[in-house]
Amino acid sequence: MSADHVHPVNFDPADAGHDPHEAHEPHEHRAVRIGIGGPVGSGKTALTAALCRALGGSVNLAVVTNDIYTTEDADFLRAAGVLDVERIEAVQTGACPHTAIRDDITANLDAVELLEHRIPGLELVIIESGGDNLTAVFSRGLVDRQIFVVDVAGGDKVPRKGGPGVTTADLLVINKTDLAPMVGADLGVMTADAHRMRGALPVISQSLVDTPDAPAVADWVRAQLRTLAAVS
Amino acid sequence: MNLAALMIADSRFPGGGHVHSGGLEEAVSRRLVHDEASLRSFLVGRLRTAGALGAVFAAAACGGRYAELDAELDARTPSPAQRNASRVQGRGIARAARRAWPSAALDELLRLTPRPHHPIIVGVLVGEPFAAAQTAAYHAVTGPATGAIRLLGLDPFGVNAVLARLAPRIDAIAAMAADHVGTPPEDLPAPSAPALDLLAEAHDRHHSEEVRLFVS
Repeated sequence: MSADHVHPVNFDPADAGHDPHEAHEPHEHRAVRIGIGGPVGSGKTALTAALCRALGGSVNLAVVTNDIYTTEDADFLRAAGVLDVERIEAVQTGACPHTAIRDDITANLDAVELLEHRIPGLELVIIESGGDNLTAVFSRGLVDRQIFVVDVAGGDKVPRKGGPGVTTADLLVINKTDLAPMVGADLGVMTADAHRMRGALPVISQSLVDTPDAPAVADWVRAQLRTLAAVS
Repeated sequence: MNLAALMIADSRFPGGGHVHSGGLEEAVSRRLVHDEASLRSFLVGRLRTAGALGAVFAAAACGGRYAELDAELDARTPSPAQRNASRVQGRGIARAARRAWPSAALDELLRLTPRPHHPIIVGVLVGEPFAAAQTAAYHAVTGPATGAIRLLGLDPFGVNAVLARLAPRIDAIAAMAADHVGTPPEDLPAPSAPALDLLAEAHDRHHSEEVRLFVS
């Protein structure tokens, strides 16, 4: 064996080595947490990036990505240049994205607390779920508010199919409205169904092609931050 | 029947265990595990090494001396990735336990470290050496078994039967662990599996290079 061969594992029993894992204590300060969920490909990561652009200048924020393709989504946000790398944490979900946001939120809470510990004065953490199905919702133990994102190209029947994401999320976003004529989707039907399924809960239709900074959703997030700051 | 042991061993317990595969994901990606037979072999090996180590420390933690046990278990876990996986899961259990089972012993452990090793907090919560050891040993094989169902699409009834047939081995390990109650921490057994250490380190490295679905 050549002397310059560097073995990936150090077998020197006397060398404890550097522990690469970041330890952290629970932090006193608690940031507002907003979850973004929805089916695969509906535009959760693009919305997250748009919110970072819209709010990043005025709100001290960070993002937790949850996806079975974590590195890809985190890389998308990094490549978009909307957030410093230290403000993004990727969570592995053990191939069960809904479990990690609903039934056992431990890994996500660890990521949120790590960000709160790392970034003083953190005001907002956006937790983006992995792409899942219409039954996936965030636990109230993990987020203060949740946004559910569906898209026009996924079919204009989606809102009427309901499911807890569509019916109970604090905000429903109907995304990619610019594609409606191309996929033969009826936006009027989608929004009417959405309002019928959700009662008084709000619905925002948007296209990030037409409005890249998601102004309506960003305004809704600002309003939530004001409300939640007032009660805490 | 020890209800805390049953709850902690339940895969629906919200302690963060579902994102850990105990090296199984790395073993699958290297095609070392690909069917029920190779899974069984992996689980038997993991039980005799990592499982026995966890069982011994879970049983010992029923009797206090947390600081020494914490240091001794660190010393018996050469892979930083495995130490982290153990402490992350211990911290996850601690979050659930503060709400579910508050106690002076739990406070004492968490004052010492907010990230206790998994077997040690299991011992503190279960409180009975044999049941605590059984829980820790069972935990060493259920995570990888579930991981194999998710990653390989193995028949869940087949995998469940594999786990059920490990019962005599799990009980024998739990009995051995319970027999060590009273052994000074520094003299506790130190079973190890270099292959699991290497799989854990490789898994950790791969996180920065390509997609991994599990934390460990």
